[in-house]
Amino acid sequence: MSAMIALDNVQKRFGSLTAVDDLTLSIARGEVLGFLGPNGAGKTTTMRMIAGFLEPTGGSIQVCGFNVATDPIEVKRRIGYLPEGAPIYGDMTCRGFLGFVAEVRGYRRAEKKRRIAEVVDTLSLNAVLDQTIDTLSKGFKRRVGLAQAILHDPNVLVLDEPTDGLDPNQKHHVRELIVTMASDKAIIISTHTLEEVEAVCTRAAVINRGRLVAVGSAEELLARLPNHNAVVVTVPVAEAAAARVALLTLGHLGGIEDSDTAGVLTTLRVMPHNGYAPVAEVAHHLKSSDITIESLYVERGRLDDVFRVLTDDAAAGYAPRV
Amino acid sequence: MFSVAAIAKRELSGYFATPVAYVFIVIFVALSSAFTFYIGGFFERGQASLESFFSFHPWLYLFLVPAVSMRLWSEERKSGTIEMLMTLPISTVAAVIGKFVAAWAFVAVALALTFPLWITVNVLGDPDNGVIAASYAGSLLMAGAFLAIGSCFSALTRNQAIAFIVAAAVCFLFTMSGLDLVLNVFRGWAPHILVDTIASLSFLSHFDRVTNGLIDLRDLVFFVSMIALWLYATVVAVDVERGA
Repeated sequence: MSAMIALDNVQKRFGSLTAVDDLTLSIARGEVLGFLGPNGAGKTTTMRMIAGFLEPTGGSIQVCGFNVATDPIEVKRRIGYLPEGAPIYGDMTCRGFLGFVAEVRGYRRAEKKRRIAEVVDTLSLNAVLDQTIDTLSKGFKRRVGLAQAILHDPNVLVLDEPTDGLDPNQKHHVRELIVTMASDKAIIISTHTLEEVEAVCTRAAVINRGRLVAVGSAEELLARLPNHNAVVVTVPVAEAAAARVALLTLGHLGGIEDSDTAGVLTTLRVMPHNGYAPVAEVAHHLKSSDITIESLYVERGRLDDVFRVLTDDAAAGYAPRV
Repeated sequence: MFSVAAIAKRELSGYFATPVAYVFIVIFVALSSAFTFYIGGFFERGQASLESFFSFHPWLYLFLVPAVSMRLWSEERKSGTIEMLMTLPISTVAAVIGKFVAAWAFVAVALALTFPLWITVNVLGDPDNGVIAASYAGSLLMAGAFLAIGSCFSALTRNQAIAFIVAAAVCFLFTMSGLDLVLNVFRGWAPHILVDTIASLSFLSHFDRVTNGLIDLRDLVFFVSMIALWLYATVVAVDVERGA
């Protein structure tokens, strides 16, 4: 599968500030890349460069085989772009705005009508079609922004915080939409909502201070946490000491951590060894030592923690506890 | 080409979506008529001509046209919609031309609404309608040049008030540049050729020749090249913002 979007050593400087530094990334058809990073990390700048709004200071960006710097129009024909905050002409009606976008994209008469009807239906905009955009709620504005981005059924979608400001139902709807569209497109979304990465993205890229710090699936990123795949077992306080002894006989362990004792139960965390969750062994050893297991589960860790470890400079070297 | 039309259409309907359009048209028609009759002495002249009407156009345009052009790009930059616009598959040139055409068409509508004056002089006497037609065309061209200047300054700032004031000031310089007020500033030190060049850039003298019935290709070329030059500057201003 060839890359639909390819960033090659992309750099963007604003005066003395380097907003994006030496970024290399590629996204293939069928992929949904989640773009993560703290505010000011360079996510929006990168997306603006892919969409052809800003020109990189260095490196090159290819979209569907066209160079953004030399063939901007061809690139823009193939991209659907939702800018941050979905800025739209406030004095236009929803219908007027979508009509304008359709016309600029070269659709006339029946084709224009058909395209608009299709996105209006997809994003349930029927009720507000003749309302002025200024009078719409944040959620509707965002959906109008999405509608113009998918109007021409583009091969590449670049969505800057597509679910920002939406209520949980709308979020769910937009995520479903993204997943449905994903099969024949290459999609980049930026988000702060890490659950969104797990819900819709096939891969995530974390950037910090303009640099790429990690790329991988949600699972691969979670594996970076020391407590990923730890086995958490809850036993009665009375049997905690025995349980610890039993577990220590286990060969390949990353160690045992005591967690809190709450009431009559003690929680023990068996750290993974080389990322392997020793869940069967833990269960087996405890059972054969006749220890009551109140609960037992494998900890995955949270993307929020990965995010913090990767991007919070103060937290570097900090091993999160969940 | 289609995209230029789409942008012009959107922009033009944008004028009429707000009271700006109606305020502008009413003020323009009212002021141009008032100047013609009260200050220009339309009746006292005893001539069937619209000279007194057209002679005030440069001064009216001076502050009215920047009011039309100030929103062209400033508003897009302020509201962030420029990001939406410039990521649509259109060139900067097409966007600049589309917006300019809309503003120009809008001023043309305002100018066309002064037609009762033309009818009036024809009822009262026997004017040279050729000169009047040429004057209308010249007035429209001059408005275009003012608009192009305004478009450029609108692209340089996100503040509409600044766009208005700077455009009005620059338009003032171009209007006045044939007069001693401006030329004396340069006469002391600048070489003759520069002073002559500045004098030749005067909108006033070019426009006066047209309204006097002297239809010279050079005046036409002057206004058209002014429009082209300032629109080119607008394209550069818009692209600079993008770091191109």
